[in-house]
Amino acid sequence: MKHVDEYRDGDLAKAIAATIAAEAVRPSYRFMEFCGGHTHAIARYGIEDLLPPSIRMIHGPGCPVCVLPIGRIDEAIALVKTHPEVTLCTYADLMRVPASKGQSLLRAKADGADIRMVYSTLDAIEIAKAEPNRHVVFMAIGFETTTPPTAMAVRMAEKLGLTNFSILCNHVLTPSAIGAILDTDADGVKLDGFVGPAHVSVVIGTDPYKPYAQKYQKPVVVTGFEPLDVLQAVLMLVRQVNQGRHQVENQYMRAVTSAGNVKAQKEVGALFELRESFEWRGLGSIPYSALKLRKEFERFDAERRFGVTPVSASDNPACECGIILRGLKRPADCRLFGTACTPDTPMGSCMVSSEGACAAHWTYGRFRQLEQAS
Amino acid sequence: MTLHKAVHRKLDIVNGRVDMSHGAGGRAMGQLIADIFHAALDNPLLRQANDQAAFDVPGGRMAMTTDGYVVWPLFFPGGDIGSLSVHGTINDLAMAGAKPLYLSASFIIEEGFPLADLERIARSMGEASRRAGVPVVTGDTKVVERGKADGVFISTAGVGLIPPGLNLSGDLARPGDVVLVSGTIGDHGVAVMSKRDNLEFETEILSDSAALHELTAAMVVAADGGLKLMRDPTRGGLAATLNEIAHQSKVGVRIKEAAIPIRPQVAAACELLGLDPLNVANEGKLVAVVEQGKAQAVLDTMKAHPLGGDAAIIGEIIADDHHFVQMVTVFGGGRMVDWLAGEQLPRIC
Amino acid sequence: MCLAIPTRVVELLPGQMAKVSLDGVIKIVSLALVDDVQTGDYVILHVGYALTKIDEDEALKTLELLREAGVAAE
Repeated sequence: MKHVDEYRDGDLAKAIAATIAAEAVRPSYRFMEFCGGHTHAIARYGIEDLLPPSIRMIHGPGCPVCVLPIGRIDEAIALVKTHPEVTLCTYADLMRVPASKGQSLLRAKADGADIRMVYSTLDAIEIAKAEPNRHVVFMAIGFETTTPPTAMAVRMAEKLGLTNFSILCNHVLTPSAIGAILDTDADGVKLDGFVGPAHVSVVIGTDPYKPYAQKYQKPVVVTGFEPLDVLQAVLMLVRQVNQGRHQVENQYMRAVTSAGNVKAQKEVGALFELRESFEWRGLGSIPYSALKLRKEFERFDAERRFGVTPVSASDNPACECGIILRGLKRPADCRLFGTACTPDTPMGSCMVSSEGACAAHWTYGRFRQLEQAS
Repeated sequence: MTLHKAVHRKLDIVNGRVDMSHGAGGRAMGQLIADIFHAALDNPLLRQANDQAAFDVPGGRMAMTTDGYVVWPLFFPGGDIGSLSVHGTINDLAMAGAKPLYLSASFIIEEGFPLADLERIARSMGEASRRAGVPVVTGDTKVVERGKADGVFISTAGVGLIPPGLNLSGDLARPGDVVLVSGTIGDHGVAVMSKRDNLEFETEILSDSAALHELTAAMVVAADGGLKLMRDPTRGGLAATLNEIAHQSKVGVRIKEAAIPIRPQVAAACELLGLDPLNVANEGKLVAVVEQGKAQAVLDTMKAHPLGGDAAIIGEIIADDHHFVQMVTVFGGGRMVDWLAGEQLPRIC
Repeated sequence: MCLAIPTRVVELLPGQMAKVSLDGVIKIVSLALVDDVQTGDYVILHVGYALTKIDEDEALKTLELLREAGVAAE
């Protein structure tokens, strides 16, 4: 696979790892990889095995499934149950996330609700076209990477004159989340830098990170998804820390520019506006961190069309997802990890989403921890 | 007075559909069975048309197995529910090193199912059965109301004969044993998914559905007593099979990602869908655990067989109280291979 | 929600759509978010949409930097 395989070369990986080890002269480096896709790549390729022990990768909250409050899933389930004409379309990632009272979209589907997994918003539009007697509600989640496809779907629905399509909007913003983490870092993990998201940055560019790098004096390296990209980013971060720099650097030059995808940003800007506040699982309420449809498009907003009542659901008190999302604790530190909470019986999103820190650790990292312990 | 000869109206296989009378046990059902099933599956025992098939059993240890087939879509690149139901049950016998002797087939058909499709499935079963040399000697047909079955469900059972002295079992793997796989992984799962709603794309990937009994027979001979177990990685894929073996034998498994055979298009399809090929179903592959000293001989035999051309050694059995399956990634790092929690859902993230 | 993969555009289709290929696996996707795409270009694909074109020159530069990083320790 071109533009993929070249960045998975194991021999080159070892060579770069040697360079990192040689240059990582300080006793400790703590880098947060914000994006869930990076968490997954680090785990899948065993990248931590190649890094010197002084470097610790901390898994951040860049997994939109992980930060979605349970209440939003409760609302979606309630919507399908009270409105039998609704077909709820969702990305697969959300199906098994535990909601309140032992429910989930998968369970609701088994109970008879019309919930369908789609790969793309294009599929949801096709269903709306093909089944005019059904009202298609698309569960829109994701960071800035995934928002433009939702915007295009609403545009298409507008163009086609569809009256049976709307979205439940849970799109969230990356820079706000980074700000929230850095705000609380004073008594927290003491981060030395960020591995910046790959495809969020394709859309928003690298400019939005500059104010944060300056204000909090932390380097940000926007990084591609392949394992060699991540290794190179770690090297770039080590160098910045060693040299006392705190710049925004772009490792993913083949896909990311400083301005980003302006066309996509314009589309999103035309259809969406900022919510004053939005509750994030684990991070609490963050102002201007999420989107909703503008008034002109409110007929495509399922919340307004169906009068969805907000549900505030709290996590299981023993669940430490919120703390783990901020990197303050490791998965293995949570009491429930491996006992009550496993991929088969997830207590919180960190375990059920394959990008969540706990699922990644369970699937890829447990044996390493036990090896170190024995 | 002349008795008019009853007009025998042939089944309208082109446009006709299964209806409730076809399951009622009367003339309509008899006609369905004769015109579709007996025609496609024909063999001397089946021709007897009794409620059971009676045959002599050569002395020795028998193996028996059964499986239900509910695959959707019913027809996919490289196969269909019919050929799958023949191959799958033959393979369950073959994994014990048994020579498959006879199959039975039971059909639960949904009212309204097109006869053309039913005939296509029956023909496919007949071809698979003849190619494998394992006849379907008895069967059953039921029809359920519309909506109570996904077109058709098939259940097959099989009996076979285990060669004297051969005892393969999932709890016999021991540290030092070698783990082999008979060919490329993920073909079947991706072929099926390529036909489903929401995951449609054109590929050249065919299901690997095949009967493995001749390959396994050759492997047993080549292993000369050193074969511990064989298992086919169907639902749950290679990951599930390796974890089952680890738990049953109370050992660990260590494999190398770079050694696992996979077609580039299957790898690409999995990337596009966000699936891990280790979790994707296979229907014409097997995993074997062999004593180290006999591993090369078994591998050579596999590679010489048409169904084992891409066979490879992928790892070894190790001592491990946690019964983990570990993998050295192409990157040189380590990760665990866990079995799936629930159904594999494609990742978008 | 970042899983995205580089794919090669093999055919442009009406309505801002295109056929893209990943090692021979073909998918029909939307080009609505990107301008000036030609067959032979590589695009980053995410949930059925191309998000950007891959800049081949920058890709080569990145590979060169990776190789440099690999020898720096020697």
